[in-house]
Amino acid sequence: MSETAGHTDHHIDVKQFHPRAQAAIHNPKIRKNFRSAMDGLMSKRKAAFEGWDLETLRELGANVRLRALANLPDLLEQLEKKLTENGIKVHWAVDGDEACRIVRDICKARDARTVIKGKSMVSEEMELNHYLQEQGIEALESDLGEYIVQLAGETPSHIIMPAIHKNTGEISELMHEKTGTDLSHDVEYLTASARQQLREKFMSADVGVSGVNFAVAETGTLCLVENEGNGRMTTTVPPCHIAVTGIEKVVPTMEDVSALLALLTRSATGQHITTYFNMISGPRKADELDGPEEVHLVLVDNGRSSIYQDDELLDTLRCIRCGACMNHCPVYTRVGGHAYGTTYPGPIGKILMPHLIGLDEGRHLPSASSLCGACGEVCPVKIPIPDLLVRLRQESVDGDKLHPARVNGHGAKRSPMEAMVWKGWAWMHASPGLYRFGTGAATKLRALQPSSAGAWTNYRTAPKLAAKTLHQRMKERSQ
Amino acid sequence: MVDPIKVYPAKPAKVYFYGTCLVDMFYPDAGIAGVELLEREGIEVLFPQNQTCCGQPAYTSGYHDEARSVARAQLDLFPGDWPIVVPSGSCGGMMRKHYPDLFRDTPEAAKASDVAGRVWELTDFLLNVCHIKLEDLGEPTTVAMHTSCSARREMGVAEVGPKLLGQLKNVNLVEQVRPEECCGFGGTFAVRHPEISGAMVSEKVDALVDTGTRQFVTTDCGCLMNIAGYAEKNQKPVEGQHILSFLWARTRNKGGQPS
Repeated sequence: MSETAGHTDHHIDVKQFHPRAQAAIHNPKIRKNFRSAMDGLMSKRKAAFEGWDLETLRELGANVRLRALANLPDLLEQLEKKLTENGIKVHWAVDGDEACRIVRDICKARDARTVIKGKSMVSEEMELNHYLQEQGIEALESDLGEYIVQLAGETPSHIIMPAIHKNTGEISELMHEKTGTDLSHDVEYLTASARQQLREKFMSADVGVSGVNFAVAETGTLCLVENEGNGRMTTTVPPCHIAVTGIEKVVPTMEDVSALLALLTRSATGQHITTYFNMISGPRKADELDGPEEVHLVLVDNGRSSIYQDDELLDTLRCIRCGACMNHCPVYTRVGGHAYGTTYPGPIGKILMPHLIGLDEGRHLPSASSLCGACGEVCPVKIPIPDLLVRLRQESVDGDKLHPARVNGHGAKRSPMEAMVWKGWAWMHASPGLYRFGTGAATKLRALQPSSAGAWTNYRTAPKLAAKTLHQRMKERSQ
Repeated sequence: MVDPIKVYPAKPAKVYFYGTCLVDMFYPDAGIAGVELLEREGIEVLFPQNQTCCGQPAYTSGYHDEARSVARAQLDLFPGDWPIVVPSGSCGGMMRKHYPDLFRDTPEAAKASDVAGRVWELTDFLLNVCHIKLEDLGEPTTVAMHTSCSARREMGVAEVGPKLLGQLKNVNLVEQVRPEECCGFGGTFAVRHPEISGAMVSEKVDALVDTGTRQFVTTDCGCLMNIAGYAEKNQKPVEGQHILSFLWARTRNKGGQPS
């Protein structure tokens, strides 16, 4: 297992979370774009689940994912066998770099110069576009949000809605500048312009690259959920289709897909079903009129098998990438997706990224949460995100001798000073007599209480010490 | 994986009162109000003088060894088989939900699970175990309610506060926008990420002020010192108190004991 994935030459410094978050907090446009988008997504999700027994459905979703993960090695073997029988070539990549090389080699073998891409977060994880560009292969995003983000030279700020940080005006200016469209707030006009340009690329692209939502082991089927039809075009028009996905995306049967799909679309965008649901079961057969000549699947590990080694962290791999945790996160809503500096932002990013980039690089991610639990409450597969955040906080300071840390880069956040403060705190609070003496003395000396208390009082007044502690008052009462 | 179903005990003769460190030092009136309400229900309140803190600040900061040593000092405080009531969803959640994890694979595992199983958030206990009936003796007023995230999501008591307030005939409960959104306290989060926390509490205060009420009540003193502290510093016209203080003040008989 390599320690970190991707091509570090143009990596954003994840450690600089604080300054980016601070800048976002003070950017009214970012605040407004995210607040209104997240409010909309939350109410759509709520409406979509109306009349459903959501808790039972979530329980089912969690069990489907748990059962799949419990048999992951066997399911992956079965998947490979079935896919191979169906004529889909299977490749295994230990990390993002290897996955990129596999895609490149497939392209080179076909002398491909242009790649059209459907939406794929794993390809973002791999930084595939950047890599292909270095190799002289043009890669164009065809999902509208991804297309906008690519035009802007940015990364997605949300895993489902990559350009959610931009409003119509910003998109209009961007498209005007980069593609010569008229300055217009007419969304239909802008969409039609993008479609016009993409249509030509679809027809001429040598290779289509897509992600996968569910890989069905029993039948060897790759399921792809999308709304724009670009996924269908990407996987059927070019003569070669390469799907990339994480090894955790496999499920045992098609029946399992139905529960997960019902949860996925409702949780993500509040849709009962997406406009397109593609089931890819192989290259074009002799009697078929369309479809690619070649279909490949690249199964990417990139840290996942190390997550798999730990019974608690394993829950991270249940994720079906709906983004509901982001939509409901009060922190994500305030700082937006780019503040995190990671492929996956928001709550799922905070528990997943430390495994992909190391807990040294991602040391600030687990602490950037009030542990409010909104993410865990809406997660369609019941990932206990707050518990995993606490686990990673423990890992980042090596805070539990009984359960030694094991995530790559653990202990990076431990400072001797902070450790000493907590030791002193624990000593006082584990000694009742000392505690009563200390708190009693503090209330007696409350006139001397400073009115400023660091970061707390930048925004609030300091809480005021009572004249007598509850301990003292209860003692007086009993006398 | 299924959240344990809450099985309320029969109304007991006695309870252990776990005051929490914030109530102890900053909001003892809220603790006394809780004790008064319980006693009025005919319950004898046992207050172990050796209680300190549940250990949560260290736990959520990742210092589990330190959290365990503090939590361990609480485990022996409740030798009788009485319920343990806590005037906080947050500390209650720590004890009920996280103690079993914290003491997993330790000699104290069984004791920790026993304690955890007896912990109740106090308003939940008053409503669903004591079946309290509140007689409102106060003037007509309006109030907003902020249920803490841990009271809502760890202790599952989101409906309790509004039901209790609903018993008060002269109290008009108004609802702020996004009532379920975090106020931004989050313990050490507020000082580790002050700007984000500040942005959250500022929107929470705006939401409360926009209801038109001048006061709010809450289940947790962490949220209280965050929200009320922000309002005070920024001169926003809203004040807060613990829901127990409010309930006691509205229903205490004038002839009753001074608190």
